[in-house]
Amino acid sequence: MSTSGGVAVAAPRDEAGAATAAAPASPGSGSGRGRPSLGIGIGIGLATIYLSLIVLIPLATVIWRSREDGWSSFWDSITAPEALSALKLTILISILVAAINLVMGTLIAWVLVRDSFPGKSVVEMVVDLPFALPTIVAGLVLLSLYGPGSPLHVNLAYTRTGVLVALLFVTLPFVVRTVQPVLLELDPQMEEAASSLGATKFTTFRRIILPSLLPAMLSGTALAFARSISEFGSTVLISGNLPFQTQVAAVNIFGQIESDNTTGAAAVSTVLLVVALVALILLSVLQRWGSRRG
Amino acid sequence: MIRVSNVSKNFGSFAALTDVSVEIPTGSLTALLGPSGGGKSTLLRIIAGLETPDSGSIEIAGADSTKMSPQRRNVGFVFQHYAAFKHMSVADNVAFGLKIRKRPKAEIKQRVSDLLELVHLEQFAHRYPAQLSGGQRQRMALARALAVEPSVLLLDEPFGALDAQVRKELRAWLRRLHDEVHVTTVFVTHDQEEAMEVADSIVVMAEGQVKQVGTPDELYEKPASDFVMSFLGPVTTLRGRLVRPHDLVLTAEATDGAVPAIVERVVRLGFEVRVDATVDGEPIWAQVTRYRAQLLNLKRGDTVYIRVLEHEVATVG
Amino acid sequence: MAKVSLRVVALTYLLFLLVLPVGVICWRTFENGVGPVWDSLTTPSALHAFQVTFQVAIPSVICNTIFGVGVAILLVRHRFFGRRVLDALVDLPIAVSPVVVGLALILVYGKFAPIGGWLSQHGIDVIFSIPGMVLATIFVSLPLVVRAVAPVLEEIGIEQEQAAWTLGATSWATFRRITIPAIRWALAYGMVLSLARSLGEYGAVAVVSGRLVDQTQTMTLFVEERFQNFDQQSAYAAAFALAVIAVVTLLLINLLRPEEGTR
Repeated sequence: MSTSGGVAVAAPRDEAGAATAAAPASPGSGSGRGRPSLGIGIGIGLATIYLSLIVLIPLATVIWRSREDGWSSFWDSITAPEALSALKLTILISILVAAINLVMGTLIAWVLVRDSFPGKSVVEMVVDLPFALPTIVAGLVLLSLYGPGSPLHVNLAYTRTGVLVALLFVTLPFVVRTVQPVLLELDPQMEEAASSLGATKFTTFRRIILPSLLPAMLSGTALAFARSISEFGSTVLISGNLPFQTQVAAVNIFGQIESDNTTGAAAVSTVLLVVALVALILLSVLQRWGSRRG
Repeated sequence: MIRVSNVSKNFGSFAALTDVSVEIPTGSLTALLGPSGGGKSTLLRIIAGLETPDSGSIEIAGADSTKMSPQRRNVGFVFQHYAAFKHMSVADNVAFGLKIRKRPKAEIKQRVSDLLELVHLEQFAHRYPAQLSGGQRQRMALARALAVEPSVLLLDEPFGALDAQVRKELRAWLRRLHDEVHVTTVFVTHDQEEAMEVADSIVVMAEGQVKQVGTPDELYEKPASDFVMSFLGPVTTLRGRLVRPHDLVLTAEATDGAVPAIVERVVRLGFEVRVDATVDGEPIWAQVTRYRAQLLNLKRGDTVYIRVLEHEVATVG
Repeated sequence: MAKVSLRVVALTYLLFLLVLPVGVICWRTFENGVGPVWDSLTTPSALHAFQVTFQVAIPSVICNTIFGVGVAILLVRHRFFGRRVLDALVDLPIAVSPVVVGLALILVYGKFAPIGGWLSQHGIDVIFSIPGMVLATIFVSLPLVVRAVAPVLEEIGIEQEQAAWTLGATSWATFRRITIPAIRWALAYGMVLSLARSLGEYGAVAVVSGRLVDQTQTMTLFVEERFQNFDQQSAYAAAFALAVIAVVTLLLINLLRPEEGTR
């Protein structure tokens, strides 16, 4: 009986299987105790208060303060020559930082995944160093090599190149760490199939690998850009804070706070916030795009 | 006794249970059987208090427990994937419920060793779940659930994640265990063979409703619907009527009530033979003994006469 | 051939951007031997800076750990109105410049702001003192514990917790005896990240602390102040100490990486 039973029974089981697949929620996906209880309500309340007191109310106040004296004063604050120059420099240099990271980050990730050489595990760890190193130390570290009295006789102190190097230092891990896991999961059979169909190495990379890596590359780049826009600590020492030359937006805000011009500081801050948020919203769009394709 | 009255449960727009009522007598070993997505796991989780019904009530051992938290229901629950506490040794897993109840240390120690003996894991007491096989983990989960002396033991597809051989062993073992401990036990399965072999009584569920309740024999001999009949064993159709293939009698000459059929294929299945044929162009299959098949000397293209073994036939009503 | 040239390009980039600078600072620090380094790290100002740094970092890590675990559980285990908003808000601090964080806190908790003024009347000074620095540090390290714990919580699933409930464990007992042990490596990972970020924060703390030497000066502020005052020996020594903390953090993080941390 049991030997052939499966044939006749198969039909109703399959139908029921389809019904399960259509179910929007499976048992166990909820809180496990049905409706949200009092405890959960209190938890949500506490989390909201905590976030409000530390993050939301302060940030809202910055935006509110930036246009407290009206839109025209907001406009005047961000178009004041010093502020405008700092904002322009920050955005341009961040675009450059993002572009260099896009290429170098992907390249480093590639080498870490596809290549093997002695000391690779050390390199693997060194890549994370900029995340762990305090930004002021990062600045000092760069200044000791690329500052006055440089052992390499390269003096980048108080130059835009110096600022660029500082920003490259602190943003290094973003692209590497987003691309690396995707590269690890990439099916090598895809590449073998392509090369068996006569594709050259370059064609395989451009047509097969690059499209799969692109979402991760771009989201790492967006993170690097957002970080670069808002970076302060690493640029303080190396930039020398020269208005119209090396002063980035965060340093400009800091100066305005020190001279008690909080409205001006708030205006430039608001611009930075908006630019960083746009970058991060783009990032989440990219991630959704990536997960749909992946 | 567990009394489920008029329970309904929806997940979004999906009706998992619709007005389900069922009674499970004290001390029985009951299977909730049905296709996946039929609502049986949801019902089990509602009995345990892990889900709340949208309407209806649950009574366990005479007390209304519809709104009671799972902690206070005194049920033992065994999950398909064991839900082993990975950071605790086997003995600590089993002792967990007793420690929560703050029982004396000596009593806990004694009870844990008794239970480990019951599930044949005495020598694994100090191992961690990751060091056990699937079958051993599931026995540990059972001992853990039994430790708190639950009034009801609930098992959600307990053997579903195990391979065929271990599953067979554990089935027989669960049956013997129940004969020893007598705790009211309900287990969910989608395998009709498992339900028939282990349970005293079976609740067939599909589409969020109870289709039939009865002993394995009752369900097999007197299925309440075509669905129950086809879910519990192989079926074939004779002129639009659902019959069991081994209830078909094949003869060389026309007899009363027999219909002519043309043999398409004869397949040997060890002791038995499966005969594929057509009646009026409609496919049908019968299962006969090898002796019978040899006697008829069945070949492709032969005409035989098929009738249903009337005194044993399942009456569909 | 192509492989080797890629390797050379990548390693050269890392060498000049990361390895050489960090190497040079070690060399600069110990140029005159160990004695001066020890001396400059044990001056009263340096010791005070160490003390302030931990006074700020430890409460921040504690707050973010409690908040982080709580919010991770809310986000993973429960479905409620506004869940996606909460999820997005947790990441918001990533997009905010440390200087803006400082400004934002001054605008709310400064002496001349409504909340800060009220607190000041009741004897609590937030800005230019430790509480403000703690708030700033919490702000910048807010997402770290949540983002370390949430994926692991998701992965372990809810069944162990449900099994504990059916065995009679209360929600608190389940949390303490089942959930916390199950996420302990991820939690440790998040806390180490959070501690490293707290010890190393410069920008936000620079703004809210007022940079008062021997009062609100942390190690990072000490590095900057000593450097600007041409006391390079002290600046390098303190930077070296912070770099050592960073390297230890890296080693710990590599040990605690969630995928390797599970038993």
